[in-house]
Amino acid sequence: MAPELIFKDGNAGEPLQLIASGSWTAAHAASLEEKIAAIKFEAPGSRRLDIDIAGIGELDTFGAWLLERLSRACIAHGYDARLVEVSGRFRGLLDEMHACSRDKPPLVKQNPILAKLEGLGVAATEFGQDLVRLIDLVGRLCSAIALTFRHPSRFRFASTIHHLDRAGWQALPIIFLITLLIGAIIAQQGIFHFRKFGAGDYAVDLIGILVLRELGVLIVAIMVAGRSGSSYTAELGSMKMREEIDALRTMGLDPVEVLMLPRIVALVCAMPILTFFGSMCALYGGGLVAWLYGGMSPPIYIARLKEVVTVTHFEVGMIKSPFMALVIGLVACSEGLQVAGSAESLGLKTTASVVKSIFLVIVMDGFFAIFFASIGM
Amino acid sequence: MGSSPEQSILRVRDLVVGFGDQTVLDGVSLDVYRGEILGVVGASGGGKSVLMRTIIGLIHKWRGSITVFDKDLDRASPEEIRAVERRWGILFQQGALFSSLTAQENVQFPMCEHLDLSKALLEEVAAAKLEMVGISPGDGRKLPAELSGGMVKRVALARALALDPEIVFLDEPTSGLDPIAAGEFDSLIGTLQQTLGLTVFMVTHDLDSLHTVCNRIIALADRKVVAAGPVAAMLACEHPWVKAYFRGKRSRDISGTSATTH
Repeated sequence: MAPELIFKDGNAGEPLQLIASGSWTAAHAASLEEKIAAIKFEAPGSRRLDIDIAGIGELDTFGAWLLERLSRACIAHGYDARLVEVSGRFRGLLDEMHACSRDKPPLVKQNPILAKLEGLGVAATEFGQDLVRLIDLVGRLCSAIALTFRHPSRFRFASTIHHLDRAGWQALPIIFLITLLIGAIIAQQGIFHFRKFGAGDYAVDLIGILVLRELGVLIVAIMVAGRSGSSYTAELGSMKMREEIDALRTMGLDPVEVLMLPRIVALVCAMPILTFFGSMCALYGGGLVAWLYGGMSPPIYIARLKEVVTVTHFEVGMIKSPFMALVIGLVACSEGLQVAGSAESLGLKTTASVVKSIFLVIVMDGFFAIFFASIGM
Repeated sequence: MGSSPEQSILRVRDLVVGFGDQTVLDGVSLDVYRGEILGVVGASGGGKSVLMRTIIGLIHKWRGSITVFDKDLDRASPEEIRAVERRWGILFQQGALFSSLTAQENVQFPMCEHLDLSKALLEEVAAAKLEMVGISPGDGRKLPAELSGGMVKRVALARALALDPEIVFLDEPTSGLDPIAAGEFDSLIGTLQQTLGLTVFMVTHDLDSLHTVCNRIIALADRKVVAAGPVAAMLACEHPWVKAYFRGKRSRDISGTSATTH
């Protein structure tokens, strides 16, 4: 039955009447709200107002709250409002609603400019704290490594091999594919543009130096950050959420030693290997394009590569890779340990882990470039 | 309790449920009557939670029928099942609050999805429901991770009650609470049952809950319902598991005290 709300103005001296009837339930709440809003209160007088609810057939929390809200609105308008003809079965619910939300906590309103400034300040301190946390983690990792050297039996060999398998061996196919494509694309672009100057053959120089010095290691680092770094963060984060890390700690085990060291060691070992295979694949992809697209036969491609590429170029790329692995591993673990209780924070931290580690890898690559240039490598 | 003749709101007949080649429930039949608080007891791993999850459709049954509000869930269309789902509320064992929403948003969520209400009304009713379960408006703005275990259960109960269901399923509502908090939760369930006219299906281990709030108890053992009735019937039951449960060492004190208070 559709709910009704009828306003009845009695004679002077008699109380005003609001007559409610029908189903005051969630299904009709929207129309009821309109009906309540439509009531026009006249000049505020201290007249009595009876809300007659004898005709209400069905009542749920929504309806009860609307009645309560109506009577509060009436009182706010200066009427002496009360519910009359309350049947016993609705009494408990109405009383419950009557007791509710008497004191609303004031909503804190903030100046938008101040809020922005506050956000900026929070982000700045957050950045500083991040740095401190990372340095702290490096320290704890170093002490764990020192401890492992003193008691080699404590090193978790099986766990390290397991992570080496996941971060290294299982990553090979995708690394092969991506680097092959990158090598091929660079070759195509190089040949296409260098040809305009009649220098198509110099594309080999481009491929060789770019891949071995920079691209091979960077592409692999980005892949590893997205693939292994994110999974480290998610693993450690969900362990943190379910108090597994606290459990480890209470058993007298150091989470850094048990969880992080094997992961980071595995990553530091896997990364140079992946970089090596990735670079080789990129060179292969470049050669393939040079042959099929540029018309350069493979023996000539290899001969040119031999002329251009020195061991230094190769070394520059390989030296960088374990450091990048270290940064990725550290960032991934530190973000994982910062996960709070919610699923959302797990997602946020996983994203932060990938974004931060890629950012740091590229910044570090810049510093390496300056360093190698100044020592003449 | 309930009006006479008693109206069955939920009927389960010859329910058989299992996983792989293992049968968990073998021919379970039970009725839940309007307005009662039914407690389901059974050994750990004895299929209590499986029974509840099967009724609410989270686990597929092998055989048998489940009728809720006179609707056979096997024959109901998806819309009818949705309509039934709007009329029940479920409190999961761990609360299962959405961790990225605040307590109040958790309560608002089912209302928002199922009802067409103004934002102000939604917020007010959600706040009122939270107050009914004893959560202050200030705590309503907290995330589930910032709430204590007892508060999580209360918020979860408020969420289960969000759509004013006719029947609520509670999976071990007092587990993990200290005896005082558990007692408060029990009396909260009792009060809400009376003010809202709820029917409660409660899986529990808590002997106190069984003695204080449940009108009727169903004991599951050996994959079957071995006893049904009020506490007195349980105490009289000769099934070895029921005997061990209700007349064992741990229950002796409680039944002793409840005998004096009742």
